[in-house]
Amino acid sequence: MTDTDEQLAAGNGLLDRRFFLRAGVAGGATLLTASASAIEREAWMKVPGSAMSEAGASSSYEAHVVRAPIGSAPGTVGTGVSRTPLQYLDGIITPSRLHFERHHNGVPAIDPDEHRLVIHGLVERPLSFSLDALARYPTVSRIQFLECSGNSGAAMEPEPVQGSCASIHGLVSASEWGGVPLSVLLEEAGVKPGAKWLVADGADAAVMSRSVPLDKIMDDAIVALYQNGERLRPSNGYPMRLFLPGWEGNMCVKWLRTIKVVDQPAMTKDETSKYSDLQKDGISKLFTFPMGVKSVITSPSPGLSMGSPGTYQISGIAWSGAGKIARVDISTDGGSSWAEAALDEHVMSKCLTRFRSAWRWDGGPAVILSRATDEVGNVQPTRESVLTDRSPTTFYHYNGIQAWQVAKDGEVTNVYV
Amino acid sequence: MSMYSLVAIAGLAIFAGSVSAADSPGLGSSLSQDELAAIDFVVLPNGDGLPDGGGTAATGAIVYQQNCLACHGEKGTGGANDTLAGGQGSLAGESPLKTIGSFWPYATTVFDYVRRAMPIQSPGVLSNDELYAVTAYLLYINEVIGENDEINAETLPGVRMPNRDNFVWDYSQAE
Repeated sequence: MTDTDEQLAAGNGLLDRRFFLRAGVAGGATLLTASASAIEREAWMKVPGSAMSEAGASSSYEAHVVRAPIGSAPGTVGTGVSRTPLQYLDGIITPSRLHFERHHNGVPAIDPDEHRLVIHGLVERPLSFSLDALARYPTVSRIQFLECSGNSGAAMEPEPVQGSCASIHGLVSASEWGGVPLSVLLEEAGVKPGAKWLVADGADAAVMSRSVPLDKIMDDAIVALYQNGERLRPSNGYPMRLFLPGWEGNMCVKWLRTIKVVDQPAMTKDETSKYSDLQKDGISKLFTFPMGVKSVITSPSPGLSMGSPGTYQISGIAWSGAGKIARVDISTDGGSSWAEAALDEHVMSKCLTRFRSAWRWDGGPAVILSRATDEVGNVQPTRESVLTDRSPTTFYHYNGIQAWQVAKDGEVTNVYV
Repeated sequence: MSMYSLVAIAGLAIFAGSVSAADSPGLGSSLSQDELAAIDFVVLPNGDGLPDGGGTAATGAIVYQQNCLACHGEKGTGGANDTLAGGQGSLAGESPLKTIGSFWPYATTVFDYVRRAMPIQSPGVLSNDELYAVTAYLLYINEVIGENDEINAETLPGVRMPNRDNFVWDYSQAE
């Protein structure tokens, strides 16, 4: 009997979620002993380092950590997506440079001094706001996820798509979003009776537009000016974007230019012909707004092969458009048995939550899965369950359980269970 | 006080607990009607927002050839980009083809989207007459209207799309 047998939490070597906490002290002591034995300097310790710089950059050794894969419609370079490299990240904050992109006709080069946000339609006073004006308004800031509702659509393919975690699930990111509650601006404009929706337009070449119910707007929508402490980057809507916590990314209109208050949805191209879900019976669902409860193991995952048998950390992200993540369960035996993962300290509403489990891999083939549950009791469904009523070509709003297969040689691949 | 205002105030009270309209510095500037008209792209299914002008598929065919055919193919099919015509009756099958004619629920969306976003390399170049004409052409190649039917602000909202009744809302707004 080894000293970890008593800590088994589920089949095929999955250990108790507190395993790493208990193991931590001994590991630290070993390191200290090793480094105290001699004094040495590596090459970079023998010369002064480089100068201070006005803006930081990643290590040249991390040059592979980029938004990939990137795809754009035929004949275009800015009508498509770039994906967050989830498999290389830890924690819950997505570095702004790695936040996924979904653009409809490129990133506009907006002069902030010329840009205005106009609120009009069913309001007492149509109003125009400059960026400088909005920057003087009381600001709220929250750490929340943003997910394209086309994320993970590759899981609808009949055979498992072989690619990185990012290639399948990389259209989700999380940031600290700061900005002005849109409710405050609408109060200033004076919403008229009968108003139920607004139509948000972007200042991009596609004049991207979505209709948004007013009750969501009054609940928690912001006109975001800041992302992770700095002004929005152009690829995320500089100088201002709509941000709707927990709702599909397409609605969070970037480069926000106009808001027209109306009594009905505009039935724009994106909300009817694109981000709707065709069912097998030929009926389509419109307006599926909150993103479903979901999780994915980011490590190990395809491209991050396992080494020799031994103890590994299984780590990933979970999120829900309905609120906080309550728990994440892990299986290392293809779903026969499950054990609860540890959640990092930061568990916030409509935000990514980092989960971790310890796994003593015996070197044999294994299938690992994660299953998230949110605070209102929604449980992440199986792929089979998601597919039940859907047309085979419907790929939006997919939140099924992801399975990764670990082969004997440690290679990790996408698999359906 | 209107019902809506009550709802709005309740929403503000919940919001973050710290920011309310009472804190607003009130920095919005007013706009003239001309300024508003110049930035308003929104077209509603009932036709609100549609501009003056009009056209037919016969003239729209020329607009299509000059501005759309390279990406979307002859009569909306066979191009590198989205297929725009055909597919009617395919939605409940194994290989649904979603096009304007087989899928889109509202005819106004065609005008609205083309005016906003197309042609993709030079959006904004089409006149209102050209927009109406190419809208008519796209409806015509989908056999929704006739070749000589005039499409304008009055007629477009009345065009009934074949798939109109096959949508359900997944969202119910609080009353």
